[in-house]
Amino acid sequence: MLPLLTREKNADRVLRHASGDKRFKILEVHMKKHQFRQDALIEVLHKAQELFGFLEDDLLLFIAAKLKLPPSRVFGVATFYHFFTLKPQGEHTCVVCLGTACYVKGADKIMAAIQEKYRIKAGETTPDNQLSLLTARCIGACGIAPAVTFDGHVAPKLTPEATLEKLNTLI
Amino acid sequence: MQLDDLKALVAKHIGARKKIVLRTCMSAGCMSSQADVIKRNLEAEVKAQGREAEVEVRRVGCMGFCGQGPLIGVDGLSAKEKLFEFVKPTDAPAIVASLQGAACDVQVGNPDHPFFARQMRIVRANGGIVDPERIEDYLAVGGYQALHQVLTEMQPSEVVDEITTSGLRGRGGAGFPTGLKWGTVAKSAGAKKYVVCNGDEGDPGAFMDRSVLESDPHIVLEGMAIAAYAVGADQGFLYVRAEYPLAISRLQTAIKQAKALGLLGGGIFESPFNFNIDIRIGAGAFVCGEETALMASVEGKRGTPRPRPPFPAESGLWGCPTLINNVETFANITAIINRGGAWYAGIGTEKSKGTKVFALTGKIKNNGLIEVPMGIPLRQIVEEMGGGAPAGGHIKSVQTGGPSGGCIPAAYLDTPVDYESLTKLGSIMGSGGMVVMDDATNMVEIAKFYMEFCMEESCGKCIPCRAGTAQMFHLLEKITQRRGTARDLAKLEELCDMVRHTSLCGLGQTAPNPVASTLKFFRSEYEALLQPDPFGPRPSVTTQSAEPVTL
Amino acid sequence: MAAKTLIIDGKAVSAEEGATVLQVARDNNVAIPTLCHLEGVYDVGACRLCLVEVAGSTKLQPACTTKISEGMNIQTNSDRLRKYRRLTLELLFAERNHVCAVCVSNGHCELQTLAYSLGLDHVRYDYVFPKWKVDVTHRLFGMDHNRCILCTRCVRVCWHIEGAGTKNVAGRGATARIISDLDQPWGDSESCTECGKCVMACPTGALFHKGATAGEMEHDRDKLEFIVNAREKQQWLP
Repeated sequence: MLPLLTREKNADRVLRHASGDKRFKILEVHMKKHQFRQDALIEVLHKAQELFGFLEDDLLLFIAAKLKLPPSRVFGVATFYHFFTLKPQGEHTCVVCLGTACYVKGADKIMAAIQEKYRIKAGETTPDNQLSLLTARCIGACGIAPAVTFDGHVAPKLTPEATLEKLNTLI
Repeated sequence: MQLDDLKALVAKHIGARKKIVLRTCMSAGCMSSQADVIKRNLEAEVKAQGREAEVEVRRVGCMGFCGQGPLIGVDGLSAKEKLFEFVKPTDAPAIVASLQGAACDVQVGNPDHPFFARQMRIVRANGGIVDPERIEDYLAVGGYQALHQVLTEMQPSEVVDEITTSGLRGRGGAGFPTGLKWGTVAKSAGAKKYVVCNGDEGDPGAFMDRSVLESDPHIVLEGMAIAAYAVGADQGFLYVRAEYPLAISRLQTAIKQAKALGLLGGGIFESPFNFNIDIRIGAGAFVCGEETALMASVEGKRGTPRPRPPFPAESGLWGCPTLINNVETFANITAIINRGGAWYAGIGTEKSKGTKVFALTGKIKNNGLIEVPMGIPLRQIVEEMGGGAPAGGHIKSVQTGGPSGGCIPAAYLDTPVDYESLTKLGSIMGSGGMVVMDDATNMVEIAKFYMEFCMEESCGKCIPCRAGTAQMFHLLEKITQRRGTARDLAKLEELCDMVRHTSLCGLGQTAPNPVASTLKFFRSEYEALLQPDPFGPRPSVTTQSAEPVTL
Repeated sequence: MAAKTLIIDGKAVSAEEGATVLQVARDNNVAIPTLCHLEGVYDVGACRLCLVEVAGSTKLQPACTTKISEGMNIQTNSDRLRKYRRLTLELLFAERNHVCAVCVSNGHCELQTLAYSLGLDHVRYDYVFPKWKVDVTHRLFGMDHNRCILCTRCVRVCWHIEGAGTKNVAGRGATARIISDLDQPWGDSESCTECGKCVMACPTGALFHKGATAGEMEHDRDKLEFIVNAREKQQWLP
């Protein structure tokens, strides 16, 4: 619906709000490096997620305003790619690779063990915000399958028990 | 920079080398087992034992035998290279001491093992030998000489002819003749042209491209530059998936180094040829391996494919003629230029030339990367090089081509590995994933696994792929949960045919392959799960009623 | 432009170079079913209903995006094509919650009409029964995602005729959906100009005028064609 004249536009509100946060400045420098080109949208989203941890609405609106793109386009791209998350992540992340090589070597059992112990499904975060459980389609570590990534570090040749032990030391 | 300046640089680099080299694999696989700590410990130990004058520790890329990692190769000790396997950070003192003849209980690999001996390395020639973060190492093995030769001695059309002569076919999966593709882009009219390298290795169970990019990034950059000269492009994009952070950082380093030496950028080798490469990072979408989807993604859009024609060679990135090849295809180029298309055409079979890199994984003794000539029987790969199934198991099937491929049963292990033979069996060459399954593997579950993959990776644009894969997954779930009937199996087969022939892009068109091939060779496993149909047979769908009521 | 001759369903026809198979077929009274095609906006080849057989090609080609060429021999209505079309429609009906009897577009729905014409009287696949919402936050229009077939006609008219860029597709696969701006309630959208072109473009009852009840929603497709002709060809009378 058309905004009333007295109502502040979303983009203006976001730009005003962003001026106080240093991370927005860093993001803008990154966009400038890409000459604010619209085709750099995915690169910019990567940087935004690296800075903020996840992509919230105001952040997407900020990017849309700076790259002069319709918000629907930014949202469409952000939700197309699995790598981008619109929800905040837990303190620690655990990415179970479910590629074929890991799967035939028992990645499904690792997954089941984590789900049972922490009572979360893939894509969810524990209520205490300690652990986010994610899955990957293949991290290219097939030679050392099954592999799990803990906070960005790949661990090779795991069993359900070893995985739970790792998580225990992490959390 | 001129060739002579480069040669001087290389001579200086080689002169500074030491007698004994400890090559530490620093690829993603071995890194996960603390290869970085091992390298640090080795360096400290060399210092502690006072061997700095003769021994150097070098970071190298993937040596291939990932299942036995972390690996350390030793050069300069004896005529044959020595290979330490399963190295732990605490092994460093023993390994360094062993260089002076001390006893060492770290497991030593056999370089004559068929896993190594049967390989023929063209694409991976430098993998595990050069330091991927030092361009001097690549130059020392003859790097960028092919680019120099092309720029100074060959016309663009001669380069295309050489590639055509080689018989090289696209290594991304479909096997389109590379020379033909280059020729089409070269002939397409347009002031601006692009070269794109597809490094969105999405097939689960495949990591050949990751290994090439991590171990020898310059071979890909040089291949792209030669392609750009041949087709008349001045801008390249290297699309790498975000799951490969190490490959991305090594590529960034490599591009920076190549630019600093004038091997990329403006006026390469002081010729009028300009070529820049930008890295584009994927964001987790399997469909972006499809070329039109990949182009949409490079343009910063949703990675949805579009109908072809027009083909990218005529209308690609931003409507300009665009050459898209896979990482492994580009990695073959320098060897073809250096040694000639005729030499390359002498390797492999009549229709499939050269070598192919495979990621041999799953229920097999020797996991890792192998490069073999095309046409090698599957049995040699699996049984001799791979060592067969681990203790107690029997090989049941070999899956090639990932979610677009099929399962080849053990009875067909004597099939030669080439594009046509694999297609005949209902599988495809694919990008090179080879997952071995033993008799503990349930083939219906495997089919379901792949169907779930395709369903989740479907972009949602066309109906057969979006809704068809979801229905097929649902039917497979029903069957594996012993709730399916013969009628469900018939529906599954009907959808296999429909989704294959009506989907918009390659993802949908090949999504039924894992189901179709397991149905062909392991039908009894499906049938064993079926329940009797409580309603008995019903008239088939194809009967048309004259006066339909309402929906 | 040069004229090309080709054969459609055994009949020799000629047409201007650059025309699509769909255009030529329709000019010659050969009906090819379509859902994502809409006069006035570019084609995406997504619904796969207009697939035709071209002699000499192993692959089926979408009529909407395939350009004609000299000597082409096209089959538009073989048993095989009819079977695929029925299956495509079955998949669509099973995918979301289409209940014709209570739909605003009952009787004026392209999906329903196609199903009738192809003799589809029941769906053999299990219905998915997904949970989708209805967005009636907009002052004038409503969007019922249960009836959406993701043809993206609304997205294309919003971007390429109106130029507002309000609508887009978000997500992917079976969870793909039409959104307004940042997936907000339509009524909160700042970019929407309330032009109503998306409602005109919708083939089903997914987009509707508020206040319409079962069977009352008719989409005025000719208006869209009129606007495009007026804008691009400077022609105002039909």
